[in-house]
Amino acid sequence: MKLPPFDYACPTSVSEVVALLAAHDGEAKPLAGGQSLVPMLAFRVALPSLLVDLRKVAELRHIKITNEGIALGAMVRWREILDDARLRTAHPLLIAAVAHVAHYQIRNRGTVGGSMAHADPAAELPGIAVTCEAKIAVTGKAGARVIAAADFFQGPLTTALQSDEIITEIRLPLWPAKRRFGFQEFARRRGDFAMAAAALFYDEDGGKARNAHIGAIGVADRPLRLKAAEDAINGTSIDEAVIAKAEAAASASVDPADDIHASGAYRKALIGVMVERALRDAAGLKTT
Amino acid sequence: MSTTAPKRASNLFVGSPIERLEDLRFLTGRGQYVDDLAVENMLHAAILRSSVAHGRILSIDSSAARARRGVHAVITAADIGTVPTIPLRHDPTPAIRRFEQPVIADGKVRYVGEPIAVVIAESAALAEDALEAIAVDIEALRVVADREFARKDDIILFETVGTNVPDTITAVRGKADDAAFNSAPYRRREHFSVQRHAAVPMEPRGLLAEWDDANARITVRGACKVPFTNRRALAQMMNLPEASVRMVEYDVGGGFGARGEFYPEDFLIPFAARLLGRPVKWTEDRRENLTALNHARDMECDLEIACARDGALIALRAHACTDIGAYVRTNGATAARNIAQVLAGPYRIPHVRVDVSLVITNKTPVGTYRGPGRFESDFCRERLFDMAAADLGVDRVEFRRRNLIREADMPYPLPKVQVLDIESECDSGDYQITLDRCLAEFKWAERAKLNGKLIDGRHHGIAVGCYLEGGGTGPRENVRLAVEADGSISLFVGSSSVGQGVETVFAQIAADALEVPMERINRVLHGSTDYVAQGFGSFSSRSIVMGGNAIGDAAQKLRTLIREAAAKRLQCQASDIVIDRGMAVGPAPARAAIALKEFAGLCADGTFASAKRTYSYGAHAAYVAVDAKTGHVELIDYVAVEDVGRIVNPLTLHGQCIGAVVQGLGGAFLEHFIYDENGQLLTGSFADYLMPTASDFPQIRAVALEDKPSPLNPMGAKGAGEGGIIPVGGVVANAVAAALGSLGVEPRDLPLSPPRLWQMIQAARATCAAR
Amino acid sequence: MPVKFEVNGKRVEVEVEPRLTLADCLRHKLRLTGTHVGCEHGVCGACTVLVDGAAVRSCLMLAVQAEGAKVVTVEGLSRDEGLTPLQASFRKHHALQCGFCTPGMITTAHALLSEEPNCDADRVREVLSGNLCRCTGYISIVEAVLDARTAYRRRGGGNGA
Repeated sequence: MKLPPFDYACPTSVSEVVALLAAHDGEAKPLAGGQSLVPMLAFRVALPSLLVDLRKVAELRHIKITNEGIALGAMVRWREILDDARLRTAHPLLIAAVAHVAHYQIRNRGTVGGSMAHADPAAELPGIAVTCEAKIAVTGKAGARVIAAADFFQGPLTTALQSDEIITEIRLPLWPAKRRFGFQEFARRRGDFAMAAAALFYDEDGGKARNAHIGAIGVADRPLRLKAAEDAINGTSIDEAVIAKAEAAASASVDPADDIHASGAYRKALIGVMVERALRDAAGLKTT
Repeated sequence: MSTTAPKRASNLFVGSPIERLEDLRFLTGRGQYVDDLAVENMLHAAILRSSVAHGRILSIDSSAARARRGVHAVITAADIGTVPTIPLRHDPTPAIRRFEQPVIADGKVRYVGEPIAVVIAESAALAEDALEAIAVDIEALRVVADREFARKDDIILFETVGTNVPDTITAVRGKADDAAFNSAPYRRREHFSVQRHAAVPMEPRGLLAEWDDANARITVRGACKVPFTNRRALAQMMNLPEASVRMVEYDVGGGFGARGEFYPEDFLIPFAARLLGRPVKWTEDRRENLTALNHARDMECDLEIACARDGALIALRAHACTDIGAYVRTNGATAARNIAQVLAGPYRIPHVRVDVSLVITNKTPVGTYRGPGRFESDFCRERLFDMAAADLGVDRVEFRRRNLIREADMPYPLPKVQVLDIESECDSGDYQITLDRCLAEFKWAERAKLNGKLIDGRHHGIAVGCYLEGGGTGPRENVRLAVEADGSISLFVGSSSVGQGVETVFAQIAADALEVPMERINRVLHGSTDYVAQGFGSFSSRSIVMGGNAIGDAAQKLRTLIREAAAKRLQCQASDIVIDRGMAVGPAPARAAIALKEFAGLCADGTFASAKRTYSYGAHAAYVAVDAKTGHVELIDYVAVEDVGRIVNPLTLHGQCIGAVVQGLGGAFLEHFIYDENGQLLTGSFADYLMPTASDFPQIRAVALEDKPSPLNPMGAKGAGEGGIIPVGGVVANAVAAALGSLGVEPRDLPLSPPRLWQMIQAARATCAAR
Repeated sequence: MPVKFEVNGKRVEVEVEPRLTLADCLRHKLRLTGTHVGCEHGVCGACTVLVDGAAVRSCLMLAVQAEGAKVVTVEGLSRDEGLTPLQASFRKHHALQCGFCTPGMITTAHALLSEEPNCDADRVREVLSGNLCRCTGYISIVEAVLDARTAYRRRGGGNGA
């Protein structure tokens, strides 16, 4: 499983990266952490003529926390997110999700931009981005643009990125201090991709839930918001009956395909269970 | 010459938890595995493998590949001429031999992964690049993707043979006929299956072959397990005298039955080296490993038992069927033979008949994987026992206790394997001891209170099961002990190392047998064909029994030689000489001592031969909690107890047991080679073929006993490498069934993956609701 | 293309194709064969080395990406012929059999204990879940790592290698 031949470039600015990608007309690939791309090269399912290494592009490495929200540069590694004490309060849902990303060594290399661009339907960060209505800042030869997470993911390993564009930043909206949240994932083994995962949060107003956001990972060709489950909890005070309704609504909202690891019916039920458990975590209710 | 201290206690090393000698190099990165080797002028091989499961090769055009930069050769069947097939090493019935694998696809391809061409190039990357330039035109034939379709013989893989069922192996004890079953007070019949999974050692295979043209001699580095057998096979295929083939063993990253058998590459790489007159190296990559290395298990079994109302077993009969893939490889029939022989397990069942059919399909051929046939058998039998005990209202433990072979029954014959005319018998043991110890360690009585209970949303369950482990397989093993110039001892042995620690345990045995300090055993040289005239290798838990006892024999002879030489010098009787701390010491009062280095050059050959196998035995217990909403099973506790006759190194034995249990848990819960209807392997990477990790099964305990030595060898040793895996599937499946007893869930198929278990729970609930 | 970096404290310069992984560069160009390659697709962890102190899978990194980095392999952890406390703990607990996964286990555990000398058993299991071992069943490996924590506490954390 030796990698196929390719050329290599290691520019220092986004504009140089974009120029190289544009010059190669879809045959060049940006190399971020390499934790998904290099295995694809090893299996020779990706055969780029040029790899454009982003590791020296300093403008992609920032973690910014402002009163508008959080901005993660595309080359921020999982490890840096987990090590940043500010993020534990600035975005605890992000931290809860990133804790499930792959393994120790992968987290030392893998990047947020790489994960977003790879767009695995079972990956955590794309799910968080969709759940939290993140904005994806990208730059290409036509200039910079911002894409809503819901529009960014278009299918398995397929995004709205043009071949000359790279992700520069993922922007997560401001996280209110008292927001309630939960993240539940079920994988075959620790660090494996999710068979199903639920990311959710809601705010409280007079003891009632509002602004519920419930995201589902691993149960469709891309991460989804589960509107019906959100509707089931908005305006309620979370109790057993509400949780049961949300679980049922979550299951009913998806129609996963069968694959080698599980039947669609299993994943359909599982996402309900993940929503149920994440909601219990959020509401501080014990398992019955 | 000096006087020495009083004689130390013998047996100082055998039985002690000696830290391993091998570890010093492994821990510092100084191990030497075959891919670590590099020689001058070395070329690299890559293998084009079939992407089609079943088809006729119409043409192969390798001209473009040959023309590529750095490519030295492309070898196909046409370049080899008469394509040899790989001989069976075990159980070669004439019927089965018709299905031997050619060393390269010869006119037809029969599984995805079958070698079609070999590219030899300047580097591994260039060789792999060139694979894409070989144009192979294959007329696809209808794929035989499962046992059921294969048995219909609608599509035949070997047209000249005319059937997809090479043979049926039958084992019999007593008369398990309709009369026995019809007259029994109770009978139950169930269908079980165990999925295809495999050994998957961490080090992929590799070979480095060098042709010495001047002497017409080939050296193959990277041999293991059975180098002498493979030397014979390769010599025949290359038309060389055996003496002109040299097999060299390096460090080996795990075997578990699969690694070291003769595979197509074991011919192709030496052939390429001779063809090109340059050293050729091939390192298997993981993708090819998962379709090239032997698969295993993959059986189904229709099993019926008959017993008395009190649970006393009367008869057992079964029809089992193993999917052995596209060819019969070196030991492809071994699992089937074992199923026939050990399906009845460590139990007294007067009447047994087991028929096991081998079926050919368009999948990777199978071979042995730790506990071959035994893991599968135990799953089926122990599951059915728990079902029967429940039907009869007999306690599960008492059911087993009542039926275990008693010490007074020893030696107790296993069912006779008819086609192969194999008879074997349990050599010794008190099977109640390991069961009782297991229950005690597990705190069975206390935990029985939790059985079937729903606690914090999860269903809790426990189970226990018993097993037999055959080992110490003959025919013999050879050892040479030599005194070196510095007074140290070199030990040469025909056993192989596959990572199990033979250097350490053999040094322990030799040091004790020679009554010298362990550091005197300066090297343990194993495996390679240079070391002894004939060796037999490491398989079927045989190294300690065969190699260890051969060391005892050689040591006895070397001691005699040393004593005779010393007696001559000291002018006394040889019987007056004692060997102590590396000195030959004369009689009192002088007690004159001669250092061993004075005897440099003395050497002794030892051998141990046995036609009878040893049988270790034991019991395992498991405690699980099942999350019915996800199908996830947490293993809360697991206890393994075994009696291996004689413990050489408790540390390495414990490691063997725990490691085997976890492999078994992988087979029970995680690992699965899934094929589609076109014969394509869908779980062909480590992302999809799921092996256990550090966080999956953190709580396992193992206890080893040496209560009942084997009467078959001087050490009293029994095989000990495989016991840990054998009962695992049955025990955990029974624990899951016990946990979900209120729902009536009865697992009949492995693996117990969360989606499958969840599906069973749904089905059971639906059945309950319908009532 | 040429690439310069530091391996086990020594500066090296090698000529490599861009497609050469760091793992293959270490093994076949620099002949540091202690780093093993078990899957070449980033799952088994046998190829784990330290790059600027962080444990990474060297099969998922190109050699050219190591430009300017400090790389430590299993060979660089122990000086001379002796064992480090971590290595000695592996031996004591019989935390290895065939030895193939061992270099990756050692480098990973070394990085973990250097960063978190007080980690608990669950953390050790979580971190080691990125390294496959087919022989031991892991229990002895986890025990060995836990037992070696005291040695790392004594040296006050930090990456000494």
